[in-house]
Amino acid sequence: MADSSTEEGPVIGKTDEAAVDVENNTTNTMVEEGMRLLNKMEISVAEAEKRMGKNTVSMAETHTVYLIETRPVEVAAECQNTPPDCLWRRYSEFELLRNYLLVTYPFVVVPPLPEKRAEFMWHKLSSDNMDPDFVERRRVGLENFLLRVASHPVLSNDKILYSFLKQENGWKEMVLETGFQAKIDSRLKTLNATFRVKNPDKRFSDLKHYSDDLQSVTSRLLRVRARVADRLYGVYKVHGNYGRVFSEWSAIEKEMGDGLQSAGHHMDAYASSIDDILEEEEHYADQLKEYMFYAEALRAVCRKHELLQYELETAAQDLASRKQQHEEPATGTVRTFSFKEMTTKLFGLETAEQREAKLKVLEEQIAEGEELVKEKTTECNEFVKNAWEDIEHFREQKDRDLKEALISYAVMQISVCRKGIQVWSNAKECFNKM
Amino acid sequence: MSGIIADPTDSCTPAQEIPADLSGQMLELDEDDDLEVFSKDTTLTDGSFFNASMPTSPASMINQYKFEEEADDKDIFITVDNPESHVTAIETFITYRVLTKTTRSEFDSCEYEVRRRYQDFLWLKGRLEEAHPTLIVHPLPEKFVVKGMVERFNDDFIETRRKALHKFLNRVADHPILSCSEDFKVFLTAQAWELTSHKKQGPGFLSRMGETVRAVAATVRGVKNRPEEFTAIQEYVDTFSQKITSLDKVTQRILKEQKEYLDELKEYGPVYTLWSGSEEELVEPLKGVASCIERCCREKEEQISHLSETLVPSLHEYVLCAETLKSVLRRRDNIQADYEAKNDMLANKKTDREVEYKDLGFVFGSFLGKNPEEAKQQRQQRLDGEIEELKEEIDKLEDKVECANNALKVDWARWQKNMSGDIRGAFLSTAEKNIDYYEKCLAVWESFLLSQRSEHSVEGTREQQTAKDACPQDT
Repeated sequence: MADSSTEEGPVIGKTDEAAVDVENNTTNTMVEEGMRLLNKMEISVAEAEKRMGKNTVSMAETHTVYLIETRPVEVAAECQNTPPDCLWRRYSEFELLRNYLLVTYPFVVVPPLPEKRAEFMWHKLSSDNMDPDFVERRRVGLENFLLRVASHPVLSNDKILYSFLKQENGWKEMVLETGFQAKIDSRLKTLNATFRVKNPDKRFSDLKHYSDDLQSVTSRLLRVRARVADRLYGVYKVHGNYGRVFSEWSAIEKEMGDGLQSAGHHMDAYASSIDDILEEEEHYADQLKEYMFYAEALRAVCRKHELLQYELETAAQDLASRKQQHEEPATGTVRTFSFKEMTTKLFGLETAEQREAKLKVLEEQIAEGEELVKEKTTECNEFVKNAWEDIEHFREQKDRDLKEALISYAVMQISVCRKGIQVWSNAKECFNKM
Repeated sequence: MSGIIADPTDSCTPAQEIPADLSGQMLELDEDDDLEVFSKDTTLTDGSFFNASMPTSPASMINQYKFEEEADDKDIFITVDNPESHVTAIETFITYRVLTKTTRSEFDSCEYEVRRRYQDFLWLKGRLEEAHPTLIVHPLPEKFVVKGMVERFNDDFIETRRKALHKFLNRVADHPILSCSEDFKVFLTAQAWELTSHKKQGPGFLSRMGETVRAVAATVRGVKNRPEEFTAIQEYVDTFSQKITSLDKVTQRILKEQKEYLDELKEYGPVYTLWSGSEEELVEPLKGVASCIERCCREKEEQISHLSETLVPSLHEYVLCAETLKSVLRRRDNIQADYEAKNDMLANKKTDREVEYKDLGFVFGSFLGKNPEEAKQQRQQRLDGEIEELKEEIDKLEDKVECANNALKVDWARWQKNMSGDIRGAFLSTAEKNIDYYEKCLAVWESFLLSQRSEHSVEGTREQQTAKDACPQDT
């Protein structure tokens, strides 16, 4: 089963993705092993539509919904014509799903969603969320998200995920019932809190630095790339003026006229070719963006580990101090300061029973503390084991994906050069005839 | 001075490719008896053809510009080079070396080397235009470009000016009439003090003033019966001037955009290098991309240089040409207007004489106390004399108009050929450079892909598929 699905891979239903993106997605899932959701089921985000609705303050607003199609793999193989199951979801529901996953699987580097608002745009006009190009790219991004989640060894088994894909009504309630939202607060605290860990795990602190580096370099790259794209747009578009002036000039020339006129057409073609070129480059930018957001997810895992570590250290420390307290009355030395102790000492000696009672309480606390430490240690170790597995998985995926992205970028540049050669060769012919 | 200029499109090849066999084309030109000497050199303007079949001329003399006209029987070669700065108490200025090699008989020696400054070139142009008001003299570079914040002694400015001065002299040398000018000869051969004294000769200041006044008066008067063909030329020149100015602006704008693009591109590559610092597996591809971008930057720089050295000056030259053409047309009009004015005067005088015959001046004469018969005879004689003088003047002016018109007609055809050759050449060169730029960048990225593919053959097949998908029309 795994073999057959590795060969054919998930079939991406009616999408308008660029060939490169398809390659990327199939690459990811092709290499996965085991019984993943994606091996059993085809998933695609096929379409996007505008809907009118009322928001929380009962004002009319337009939002976009996305059509999720699913179909069992065997069915698709046998007869292509069975219609897939489908339902509509909006972006906020995707967000809800992701937040649930983040909280429920804190040791997983959870795949990111495509950006909520268009950023790093090279052309200020297209930063509108309703812009069809933006919506299309978001559709691709959402599909990518689902494919990644559905092929993840841990996440793909989640019931809530399955319902997201299959059950249109009542899904939201189901998610909320899991009570995951209570954990959101603590997660936010984790991300933002400052606490110091005494013996940081070097692997995780290195990883955290890496995730910071990755995030900052990819965002910088995206910014500079957008500026480069903007300038390139200017260069190409100005050539369109040649087209206009050549055409006007050709009217008064007898011999040069034809050559000028046709050269002008090629200049127009050159000027308009930049639109497609830059649209294709947006796919590359999206791939970079995905990993910019992935860096955040990676960082979150590191922070979660830090928190666990911190809690463990705190628990261990508490235990150690309780044990010390337990020892003190026996040895008579005051190691730690206790207000109650001081007042007792100042205002009267303890009776034997009081001391007994105190010791007993301490012993209980110590027992609890030891339990806690054991719990925390296990939790920490479990987390480290699971997280590290997922981090390895993430690392391999990242190296693969980004290498592919860079290669596809080179391929794009080659295509741009070929187009340029074509246009200017044509123009040269026309100039020759002038 | 007359002669039919053959249609240059005869020798243009119908094929798209550059013709390999050049000799056939050269023969074609020689066989055409109607071709004037100076028209041979303007048909094929792609200088790269000519390098192979060039007559023995020192390489250093030729082709500061790729597309300069050359003909087999060119007998004078001029270069302008070696700018030097001179400082005097009053001013600082630049002189250029003007080197002339010639076999023409009117020159005593076959080689001359002089130094000239911009003012001298201005003087020469002025003299040529005075002597031949309806010939089209190639424009000089502008005096001082304040708009572009160019300093007078900025290296780029001096180099641009030097090239333009070189072109100016060569165009004069190629012109069958202008190159025979005595002033031109003196310009090329005289030492500094000789030139100064020569400049002082010729029509004095006052007579030149008179010319100017008459010219202004003529302009105000306007021409009445402009021949149709010159009206057509005027209309052409007006439109041409607009279009060439637009092209000049567009090209300057492209240059600006390219420079700004290059600036951003220079920041782009280093980010990939920075990234490679925190990666392990991705180091090679990231550094590879960074290096590709860097190499593309260098190609872009070359492309920009070429644009600013070839197309920009060419177009700008023709912006100035358009102004020259307007002046030439104006001068032709003025000559005709002069003639028309004199004709009017003649008509008036003839009318006056008619009046005399009718004896209507009697009344005035008697008032002045003169003998009426004597006074009448005196007036008649005076008028007759004036009419004779006028007739002579008019004859001369008629000739002048005819000469001016013919000169302009011939030179106009010549100018058009030069223009189309120059413009074609400049755009061709630009197109070729652009192709070269894209080809070089293509090679850079392809070698990057190759280096990535050789690492993983499995991914290689997939990449090839991706590459094929991206570029379906593989050559």
